[in-house]
Amino acid sequence: MDREKVIEVKNLVKKFGSFTANDNLTFDVYKGEIFGFLGANGAGKTTAMKILCGLSKPSSGDIRIVGYDVYHETERIKNSIGYMSQKFSLYDDLTVWENFRFFGGIYGLSRKEIESQTQLLLNRLGIWSYKDRIISSIPLGWKQKLAFSVAIMHRPAIVFLDEPTGGVDPVTRRQFWDLIYQAASEGYTVFVTTHYMDEAEYCDRVSIMVDGRIRALDTPENLKSTFDCQDMQDVFIKLAREAKYQ
Amino acid sequence: MIAFIKKEVQHILRDYRTMIILFGMPLIQVLIFGFAITNEIKNANLVVIDHAKDYQSVRLIQKMTSSGYFKLSGYASTVDESEQLFKSGKAKQILVIENDFAEGLRQNSARIQIISDATDPNVAEQLKNYTIGIISSFTAEQRDLPSPALKVNVSSQMYFNPELKGVFLFVPGTMAVILMLVSAMMTSISIAREKETGTMEVLLVSPLKPWQIIVGKVTPYVVLSFINALTILALGFWVFGLPIQGSFILLLAEILLYIIMSLSLGIFISTISSTQQIAMMLSMFALMLPTILLSGFVFPIENMPSFLQGLSCIMPSRWFIIIVRDIMLRGNGLTHIWMETMILCLMILFFLGLSIKNFKVRLQ
Repeated sequence: MDREKVIEVKNLVKKFGSFTANDNLTFDVYKGEIFGFLGANGAGKTTAMKILCGLSKPSSGDIRIVGYDVYHETERIKNSIGYMSQKFSLYDDLTVWENFRFFGGIYGLSRKEIESQTQLLLNRLGIWSYKDRIISSIPLGWKQKLAFSVAIMHRPAIVFLDEPTGGVDPVTRRQFWDLIYQAASEGYTVFVTTHYMDEAEYCDRVSIMVDGRIRALDTPENLKSTFDCQDMQDVFIKLAREAKYQ
Repeated sequence: MIAFIKKEVQHILRDYRTMIILFGMPLIQVLIFGFAITNEIKNANLVVIDHAKDYQSVRLIQKMTSSGYFKLSGYASTVDESEQLFKSGKAKQILVIENDFAEGLRQNSARIQIISDATDPNVAEQLKNYTIGIISSFTAEQRDLPSPALKVNVSSQMYFNPELKGVFLFVPGTMAVILMLVSAMMTSISIAREKETGTMEVLLVSPLKPWQIIVGKVTPYVVLSFINALTILALGFWVFGLPIQGSFILLLAEILLYIIMSLSLGIFISTISSTQQIAMMLSMFALMLPTILLSGFVFPIENMPSFLQGLSCIMPSRWFIIIVRDIMLRGNGLTHIWMETMILCLMILFFLGLSIKNFKVRLQ
């Protein structure tokens, strides 16, 4: 493929003492793609994600994020990625606007940019009127969408979503995925980890990790036919059963 | 970074209950310690057995009762009545002035006996000290008398705090406790809160460098603690008449040093605790109680068993209290307190070093 690669991972190894959390991972993620990063708890998803975000250094391997090297250019990497954690991390005691202003501020946006981005993103969600509400007073589903908006506020090349839909109802989850699609269509690359296999079906491509290794990587359709399964749920269970530490 | 500090200030301002506590606490604590729990005694019942009944003895009695520490509750004629007087509560202390007091003063052989109710030994001891203080100043006033050498057989001098005011002890102590509380506890809790809510992850992924996060977190608390320290000093100065003998600038610098020390401790606590509760418990039990009990604030270090004395050496507040007392009461300069200052500096380095190490380990 000649599409632009935004994440290039070659032979990524991460060891903690004698334990190998990530064993020789190799994959690429292309611009504008929704990439699902699946795996059971303890399979090494979080470790790999931390390395991709520049939070942690790999033991060995060649990794480039938006063309920047994870060993020496973490600052550049941090400027070009967005991150949303599973806890929809916003400040509960601040208003919506204050949260936007803060996160915009730490990414070095000017006041004008912050204002225009906030307006754009809130209007898109149709909650401009929530601007001065305290975060703790708004429903979880909205918080989740706001957290996503905050994560793409500085127009990162890639946005990392760490189990972004935990604890919300199916309808809200569906709406959230609409938001992800929209972002992807605007050219954002979305790297998402999840436990929900129905969500895996929404991804362009999916990788499944088992015991620190990438066991499978393809489009959901191809995976289903390769492993001869009805849906992603079955594919996942089939592969996860192979794990040593279950 | 400025955005960060702004945000942190908003956190503090929004949580108005905590803010009231933070600003109200120093006020209330100083006032309580200054007025209520003061260990100075006022208006203790004094019974006088005046065998001399001359003009000097009357003057002495007058001086005693006008000191504010004693209240003349009556006269007695013999020492045999003492026990009864103590039992009835009519007397806390009995002052016996021997015959020919005025004459004795002139001839340097005046004699006074102090009989105390030692049910509460501290009170008795203190009343005795007050009396001795009053008598020494009484004899000092006698200088204008024609006689060459005047002396009553009392030799006791209270330097720097001649009236033994408890507040002189409590102001530095309260300052040490409050600053420790605000700086260490509040920062550790607020950092732990970021971890708990997951916002710390987001901050770490952001281009902010770890030191920027820390400085941003800590700056508002430095300001807050400093305001608190100034409040306490102002209260001590205007309400309790606590002097500042030494350099005010030096005092402020040392306060700042202690605040930074407490903050680094707070940061250290936050690196080892994952939730706000743990951070709070750690700061409460590992910091507050030892700070209060082992720093010499409440219990004199000299009276502790040697193992506790050793333990008190690792309490930053112990050194801070020494520094503050030295500057405020003795008027000493840096030459006298350089060692204590060094100790605080070393503690800062130690805790910051430890925090950085912990921080790195966690990121690996």
